[in-house]
Amino acid sequence: MIDEEVLPQPVSRRPRRRYWHTAGEAVIEAVIRLCGISAIVFVFAIFFFVFREGAGALSGAHFSVREFFTSIEWYPTSESRVRYGALALIAGTGAVTGLAMAIAVPFGIGAAVFISEFCGPRLKEPLKVIVEMLAAIPSVVWGFIGLSVMNPVIMDIFGAPIGLTVLNGGIIVALMSVPIIVSISEDALKAVPDTYREAAIALGATRWQIVRRVLMPAARNGLLAAALLGVGRAVGETMAVLMATGHAVKLPTGPLDSARTLTATIAAELGEAPLNSEHYRVLFLIGVLLFSITFAVNLAADLVVRGVRSR
Amino acid sequence: MKPVRKATLNAAAALAAFALVGAGCSRSAEPEKTVIQNTGSDTMVNLAQAWAEQYAKVDPAVSVEVSGGGSGTGIAALINGTVDVANASRSMEPQEIEAARKNAGKTPREFLVGFDALAVYVHKDNPLNEITFGQLAEIYGEGGNITKWSQLGVKMPAGADEIIRVSRQSNSGTYFYFRETVLGKGRDFKLGSRDMQGSKDVVELVSKTPGAIGYSGMGYATPEVKMLKVARAKGDTAYAPTVENALAHTYPIARPLFMYTLGEPAGAVKKYIDWVHSGAGQKIVAASGYVPLPKKQN
Repeated sequence: MIDEEVLPQPVSRRPRRRYWHTAGEAVIEAVIRLCGISAIVFVFAIFFFVFREGAGALSGAHFSVREFFTSIEWYPTSESRVRYGALALIAGTGAVTGLAMAIAVPFGIGAAVFISEFCGPRLKEPLKVIVEMLAAIPSVVWGFIGLSVMNPVIMDIFGAPIGLTVLNGGIIVALMSVPIIVSISEDALKAVPDTYREAAIALGATRWQIVRRVLMPAARNGLLAAALLGVGRAVGETMAVLMATGHAVKLPTGPLDSARTLTATIAAELGEAPLNSEHYRVLFLIGVLLFSITFAVNLAADLVVRGVRSR
Repeated sequence: MKPVRKATLNAAAALAAFALVGAGCSRSAEPEKTVIQNTGSDTMVNLAQAWAEQYAKVDPAVSVEVSGGGSGTGIAALINGTVDVANASRSMEPQEIEAARKNAGKTPREFLVGFDALAVYVHKDNPLNEITFGQLAEIYGEGGNITKWSQLGVKMPAGADEIIRVSRQSNSGTYFYFRETVLGKGRDFKLGSRDMQGSKDVVELVSKTPGAIGYSGMGYATPEVKMLKVARAKGDTAYAPTVENALAHTYPIARPLFMYTLGEPAGAVKKYIDWVHSGAGQKIVAASGYVPLPKKQN
C-alpha cells in the first residue's frame, strides 16, 4: 500500500489516499479526543458521585453543618448521642499539612536550586532520578516507617510519651511531597532564560546573589505552584498519616501531640459504616470537603503556573 | 487466606514450569475445591485462620478462605451474600438481621463457637497489677477524670505520667463490647485516644509505649506487655484473664464469639461448623489463646 502511494500517479497530480487512510485518521482523532475529554468526564462523575452520596447527610437527624465545622466531638457510633463534629479532623489535616510544608518547601526548593544551579552534570541526573524515586515508595511503606522507625526515635529524642504524633506524620508527608516540589521547582528554574544569569554574572553577582535576587523572583510563580501542588499532595495523603499520627480525635496542641486527619477518618471508618447510613453519608461529606480543598489548591496552582506562561 | 494463596501460587508455578519444559505427559486436573468464604471479626481472624489451616488437613477437598476487617464488615458481607460464614465478636443487631432477611430472604443462623476474654494491657515495666471497672471507666469514659498514672497510685518515670489511652476504631466489635461492658450503657469514650485498626496493633503500640494502656483480646498477649487483673468493683477480688476465670465467669470482660450463616447451613459449610464445634476444633480455640466452649456444649 505504501508503495502505491509512493509511485507517481498518472491520473491525478495530487497523491491519492486510500479511503481507509482518511477514515482511520478520523477514528484515531476521535479516540484521542475521547482520551482528552475523558479526564473531564471522570472528574465531574466522581464529584457528582461523592456529592450525591454525601448530600443526604445534610438532612440527617444527627447532623448539623454548624456542629460539623465547630465541634471536635466525633462520635459517629455513639449509643446515647451521635455527634459529627469534624473540627478536630480538619485541624489535624491542617496541622500535618502545615508542618509537612514547613519542612518540604524549603527543603524541596533548596534541592531544586542545587540541582538546577549548583551541581555538576555528573551529579545532576542521578540526583534527579533518586529524588523522583522518593515518589515511587508506596504510601503504606511510609506509614510503616512512621510506625516502627520514627515512633521510637521521636520518643527518644523529644522524651515524648508517644511517637505517633503530628511531627511524625508531618515528616513522613514532607518526604512524600518533596519529589513533586523538587521537579516542578526545577522546571521553573530551568525556564528562567540564561540571559538573566549571564547578565547577573556580567554585573559581578555571586552565585548566591544570582539565586536570591535573580532566579527566585523570576521563577516566583513556578515555585509557588510547586509549593501548592505539594500542599495538595499532603492534604490527600491517607495511609501514611493514618499509621503515623496516632489517629486520635483531638485538637493538636503542638507537634508532639497526636492527631487525626480527614482522609484517615474516611479510610478507617468507611469500610464498616453500614451502607447509606448517616455515618456513611457524613464520611462522604468529608470526602466532598477534601475534594473541595484539593480542587481549590490545584486550581490556584494552575492559575499561578498560567501566570508564568502568559508572560 | 495465606496457605490457600501459597497453594495456588505453587500450583501456578508448577504449571508454568510444566509449560516451560513442555512435558509431554498429560496430567489430570486436580479435583475442584469447594471454597468457603469466611470474613469478619478482627478479634477472631487468628483463630479463624488456625481453624482453616487445620481443616485443610481434615478435609483437603474444602478450602476455607479467611479475612478480617471487623465484625461489621463480616456481617455486611453476609447480608450482601458475598461470604458463606461471617465471624462476629458481637451479636447481630436486630436491624442487621432484618437487612439480611430483606436482602437474601433468609434469616441468619447464629453459632456460638467460643469466648474471648478482653485483656487490659499495659507496658511490661508498668508497676500496676490490678484495675477496677470504675477506674477503667474514669480513664476511658467521656468526662472521666483519671488522666495520670499518679492518680492510680502508680509512680512512672519522668515524662510518662500521662496515661496514653489506646483504643479501637469506632466500628470494631471490641470497641462496642468494651464500651458497653466497662463504660456502661450509653456512655461514650473520651476523645483523644489513639484508635488502632486491629487487635494486634493495640498490643504492639502498648508494648512500645511505657505510658500506654489498651484493651484487646487476650490471645494477642506478647512478652512485651502485661495483662492487668480486673475487678468488677472497688474491693472485689481482681481476676486475671485466663481460660479458667473466663469459663467460671469470674473474669468480668469475657464475651462470646459467633459465626453466622445465612439460613441453616448445608453441605461443606455445615460440616465445617460442626468440626469447629468438635473436640478438635475447640482444641484450636484454646491453643490460639481464646476460651473454648464448656465441655457439655460440645
